[in-house]
Amino acid sequence: MNFDIFFQQVPDGDGAWWQMLASGLQWTLLVALFAWIMAFALGSLVGVARTTEKRWLIRAGNAYVELFRNIPLIVQFFLWYFVVPDVIPAVKAWVITLDPTRHQFFTAVVCLGFFTSARIAEQVRSGIQSLARGQRNAGYAIGLTQTQTYRYVLLPMAYRIIIPPLTSELMNLIKNTAVAYSIGLTELFFRTREMGEMTFRYFEAFAAATVIYVLIALAANRVMAWIERRVAVPGMIAGAH
Amino acid sequence: MIEIRNISKWYGSFRVLTDCSTSVAKGEVVVVCGPSGSGKSTLIKCVNGLETFQQGEVVVSGVSVGAKGTDLPKLRARIGMVFQNFELFPHLSVMENLTLAQVRVLGRTVEEATAKGAALLERVGLAAQAPKFPGQLSGGQQQRVAIARALAMDPIAMLFDEPTSALDPEMINEVLDVMVDLAKDGMTMMVVTHEMGFARKVAHRVLFMDKGEIVEDAPKEDFFGRPRSERAQQFLSKILHH
Repeated sequence: MNFDIFFQQVPDGDGAWWQMLASGLQWTLLVALFAWIMAFALGSLVGVARTTEKRWLIRAGNAYVELFRNIPLIVQFFLWYFVVPDVIPAVKAWVITLDPTRHQFFTAVVCLGFFTSARIAEQVRSGIQSLARGQRNAGYAIGLTQTQTYRYVLLPMAYRIIIPPLTSELMNLIKNTAVAYSIGLTELFFRTREMGEMTFRYFEAFAAATVIYVLIALAANRVMAWIERRVAVPGMIAGAH
Repeated sequence: MIEIRNISKWYGSFRVLTDCSTSVAKGEVVVVCGPSGSGKSTLIKCVNGLETFQQGEVVVSGVSVGAKGTDLPKLRARIGMVFQNFELFPHLSVMENLTLAQVRVLGRTVEEATAKGAALLERVGLAAQAPKFPGQLSGGQQQRVAIARALAMDPIAMLFDEPTSALDPEMINEVLDVMVDLAKDGMTMMVVTHEMGFARKVAHRVLFMDKGEIVEDAPKEDFFGRPRSERAQQFLSKILHH
């Protein structure tokens, strides 16, 4: 085992191997960040839709969740990267104007965003449904509209309740970015393999990748735990630990 | 003030309300009692549209509750409701519970709403609890906050759905005291409760429900004196002889 390898120059590139891994890490974090924003927004909308009293909204929400939950992630990557541009001419016209890296990046964000949103939608739905029905009635009874009841009464508690499973989703998302290597995005896992193949120093490469993934996941976990403490409601058991 | 005309409601094929009619005049206090599952809570929730009904009509202050074009949020903002399980908003402080709808629904400024809230907390004896959260209060205190929250909207009538059923015995009176004061101030009230002492003290009329029907609708004196129906007599003998 020899960690000097990280400071050796990449044969056909500029910079050392540690810089290659760092640039991979950058893509990993960028994809995770944007996919999380997209997944959180979409997942919240779909989750809320599934708790309304409108049948067609509930059905559409259920179909959405089943669609994105039941197709393997790597298959979804290939669908978004190869199939969607082929069947939608407007998408095709747009992606050919992009450089390949951008195309891969957008695809990864969209793919992981939809995939994760389906899972978040499930959490949001269960969070809202875990609240007593009386909370909704109390909101309505003082004259709040349905939208206001969600905004001021149901969602603030639902989000607090689902922080632990949301933490898992965030960590899953970060780990799932590695699948973007399959469409050629030069994220952390891609760079790790590349380093292994070009130097045959697989042990060092993957040791580094492992440590980096663990550190990001831990950081995400700490951030969520901090948020959980910040928003804890005084007098409630949920905030007591 | 509140007119309930021949309403019926089914859950699937199960009939929960059968041809119920009654009314509550301005300033009147009407107590609704009856065995559990008799439809009392369902009936009172029809008044502010928390429950729908398939037949009949409910009119509150000239507005038909079940009609298509009715602005339900606007109507509900004028009718206060107190629930069995308090249903305060746990993530908001006591004061925020009182100001939320004043600001968001009535468009009052935060200062106005806070002043109103403070006055009402004073009235229910909880002025010191304003910055606390519902989870830090006892059940009786929470229910008094819930009453204050409803009063903050300056309601034209108040609905109470078993307001003391979830309370420990020693906390029942502090809530009933607030309700008695309210009744004496002339508030129009419809109260689902088994507290016959409360009914004796302030009710004008008592409704007795059984199996989704209003079996008895009588002035308080008549109801406690000699209920006409056998079912009401049995019910009274069961709950009064302890």
